Amino acid sequence: MWKFSDYADSCAAVDELRNISYSELENAGDTLAKVVGGRALVFCLCRNTIGSLIGYTGFINNGIVPLLLDEGIDKELLSVLTDTYKPMYLWMASEIVTEFKFKVTYQTHGFSLLKTDFDQFPMYENLALLLTTSGSTGSPKLVRQSYKNILSNTQSIVEYLEIDYTERPITTLPMNYTYGLSIINSHLFAGGCILMTTKGILQREFWQFFKENKATSFGGIPYTYEMLKKLRFFKMDLPTLRTMTQAGGKLSPELHREYAMYAKEHGKRFYVMYGQTEATARMSYLPYKQSLNKYGSIGISIPGGTLTLIDVNGNEIIEPEIIGELVYCGDNVTLGYAERGNDLIKRDEFNGVLHTGDMAKLDRDGFYYIVGRKKRFLKIFGNRVNLDEAERLIKTEFDVECCCVGIDDKMSIYITSDSLLRDVKLFIAKKTGLNPSSFEVKFIKEIPKNEAGKTLYSALEGLA
Amino acid sequence: MTNLQKYAQAFITCFGVTEDKLAELTYQSISEWDSVGHMGLIAELEDIFEIMMDTDDIIDLSSFEKGKEILKKYDVEI
Repeated sequence: MWKFSDYADSCAAVDELRNISYSELENAGDTLAKVVGGRALVFCLCRNTIGSLIGYTGFINNGIVPLLLDEGIDKELLSVLTDTYKPMYLWMASEIVTEFKFKVTYQTHGFSLLKTDFDQFPMYENLALLLTTSGSTGSPKLVRQSYKNILSNTQSIVEYLEIDYTERPITTLPMNYTYGLSIINSHLFAGGCILMTTKGILQREFWQFFKENKATSFGGIPYTYEMLKKLRFFKMDLPTLRTMTQAGGKLSPELHREYAMYAKEHGKRFYVMYGQTEATARMSYLPYKQSLNKYGSIGISIPGGTLTLIDVNGNEIIEPEIIGELVYCGDNVTLGYAERGNDLIKRDEFNGVLHTGDMAKLDRDGFYYIVGRKKRFLKIFGNRVNLDEAERLIKTEFDVECCCVGIDDKMSIYITSDSLLRDVKLFIAKKTGLNPSSFEVKFIKEIPKNEAGKTLYSALEGLA
Repeated sequence: MTNLQKYAQAFITCFGVTEDKLAELTYQSISEWDSVGHMGLIAELEDIFEIMMDTDDIIDLSSFEKGKEILKKYDVEI
């Protein structure tokens, strides 16, 4: 996957405590892999530190399959995942090992390897990595990525973002999140130095770390850019910053224009991109030179991939300004999903074609614009939250009639009990790992339904 | 309402906490006060007191107590 030996003495990563060269990263990963002792499934509870990175790269380099999870994952979901996929090992920060009953077999760089006593499910030989479909509401559904998927997407990203060994991206996203991971993958591929911090943009330590380590780039979801604007980002003095990328949901055209303008005036690059976990990470990008005159657009397909639009009959739409479903073809289209342990042996089911579920149109110059969604889900702070799944969870937990609608970053939940409003809000926030303010729970006497008993979502959207 | 009452009410509204918990409240000490909750709080305080806070102050407002000091800079006596 990577060629760590090409950059042996260069710095691969810096975190709040230490730094590590490419050769040290390679050696630490190989040593860890030897302890694991062969192809196995390992759950990684990620945080943005070097220990976490050693696990991820060491596993990928040695044919060990990691499932990357956030270390703050809901404990109930983690136990569902553990029971479903039966990992042979877990890799996590040493200070949280006491929360688990498994035995620690190896420790390095503040991380620990824990051995379970599960019998391993057989895994398809090309399976490299498992990720959750972002923000999945309590479901054990995973995306299966191959070595070829990761390599092809990584090479493509390095090419279109023109990443080289001088780059020093600072982490602003979790590494278990496909977009955050793609930043790590591409910069390690190009010999850059990853600045890993557990702090966020609302913490003083983040900006200190940024300046001390001369960060050259960062990525952000739409909410990151909203917060940065509020933090008076446009007035900050960040001479080392060269590039900003955005993905994980649709940035408002107005903000897109403001950042594009800022970038142009300050000699920086701003890229809006589009992707999904099912495409390893990226599918499109808007070249930075076009960011101002094409604001609001997700751009063009990444090198090596093809975007097309299809109508309801599956025929390709060629004329501009006609809305259709966005379909992507390329080597980074993942193998498919897993929902149970026996699915890990499955081969390629998508065969290089991904129906994104996003509705888009093309302008006369060949640039794509997302206009809506085919499926019932919202993006809340970069996380995909399925509305039907949210309803199912609430109904099961509370024995109440429930209906979920909303817009990105704000879900409206209607329930037929006025005494449960706060409980439902806290429950769904905990299940999704999102801030309670993302959810608005309202009382409704009766869920509007048609004669066939189907929920009339349009009637509720009018109320919201 | 006094400024202190308004100030306390902003935290109660944003984070859904009860008054007795306010004094010990710090950034990330409860799930509601994460980055999203923080920006909501700042917006609420700016609205109530009709002020516009600087970057450093937005970042430094990391506890219920600290916020009182910060607002003084904007001529808001709590």
